[in-house]
Amino acid sequence: MPFLSEVLIASLILIGAFFLFVGSLGLAKLPDLMRRLHGPTKATTLGIGSMLVASMLYFLLVGGHFSVHELLITIFLFLTAPVSAHMIAKAHILRSRRERSALPVTGGKVGWATLDENGS
Amino acid sequence: MLTRLVPHPLLTLLIAVVWVLLNNDVSIAQAVIGLVLGLLIPKATSAYWPGRPRMRAPLVVIEYLLIVLWDIVVSNVQVAYLILFRRGDRLRTRYISVPLVLTTPEAITVLAGTITMTPGTVTADVSADGCALLVHCLETDDPEATIARIKTRYEQRLKRIFE
Amino acid sequence: MIATACTIALGVIGVAQLMNLYRLAVGPDVTDRVLALDTMVINAIALIVLVGILYGTTMYFEAALLFAMVGFVTTVAFCKYLLRGNVIE
Repeated sequence: MPFLSEVLIASLILIGAFFLFVGSLGLAKLPDLMRRLHGPTKATTLGIGSMLVASMLYFLLVGGHFSVHELLITIFLFLTAPVSAHMIAKAHILRSRRERSALPVTGGKVGWATLDENGS
Repeated sequence: MLTRLVPHPLLTLLIAVVWVLLNNDVSIAQAVIGLVLGLLIPKATSAYWPGRPRMRAPLVVIEYLLIVLWDIVVSNVQVAYLILFRRGDRLRTRYISVPLVLTTPEAITVLAGTITMTPGTVTADVSADGCALLVHCLETDDPEATIARIKTRYEQRLKRIFE
Repeated sequence: MIATACTIALGVIGVAQLMNLYRLAVGPDVTDRVLALDTMVINAIALIVLVGILYGTTMYFEAALLFAMVGFVTTVAFCKYLLRGNVIE
């Protein structure tokens, strides 16, 4: 395998590992849940994306066959990460009384959907 | 007639493509099976899909995707810097409320997902009438600038795509 | 070189998993634990992919795909339970 593609794949793997590490560090280090949410949603998702691209390039350049499963996993994770973050934030707002008093106003007639009587 | 046979043409195409990708095998046989599934599944479940979102400007979608991908990379470098080199309790975090111009649920969903994936912001909630988004910023000096950035960079393009 | 990068990355992600485990054990709220579990699933997918590269086999990708789907559904179901008191209404 050419030297250049080897360097490319190895650096993609290391970049992915770095971002996964940063995401987990943010999860362990930051003081409250809304701040912790930023690490896993952004850094971890980019880390896994970079790692899956490295894997796709590896099997393309070494095995010579094009594997699209990684692409499917990447797209799936990028689509679902915001949804899980949103659900966790909603659950947190509903459970924490301190968080609720810190929310700004909506600017409309009704409140936020999680706390509204009729919303879901 | 055609709309009853194919209630959601984009969904049909999406199911066929995902089927081919799941099998990891680009051939005519798999494409035919995928198309059959793509015709049967939306028809069987069409009672649960009353609305039919329309895309006005398909070319803007590509521009939007490229912008979002670029912003994801930039935002990750920023967030990594904040996590590694700043004390957690020194970060100036706050909630902001972003008023919405968009009205269709699909456009608001895409905007909320985009906000979560891009610089230092997470969508936490939507107002019960769908007129505002609750956004949490990790580090911000100027909430007005963040709101203006969200509105000009993402919302206007989504308005051109969906409405 | 790729094998070395894989080994380093496996070590780094192992440390990341330990930090997730710390958050899972310490809490303090149940939502923190759900977030920690969600992150652990994604890191586990990364470990599976790395082992796949190291052994040179594509066998593991079905496992990674299933992990991604089950992890997402678990997180959403758990949050739905916290929000509404039940999962299927």
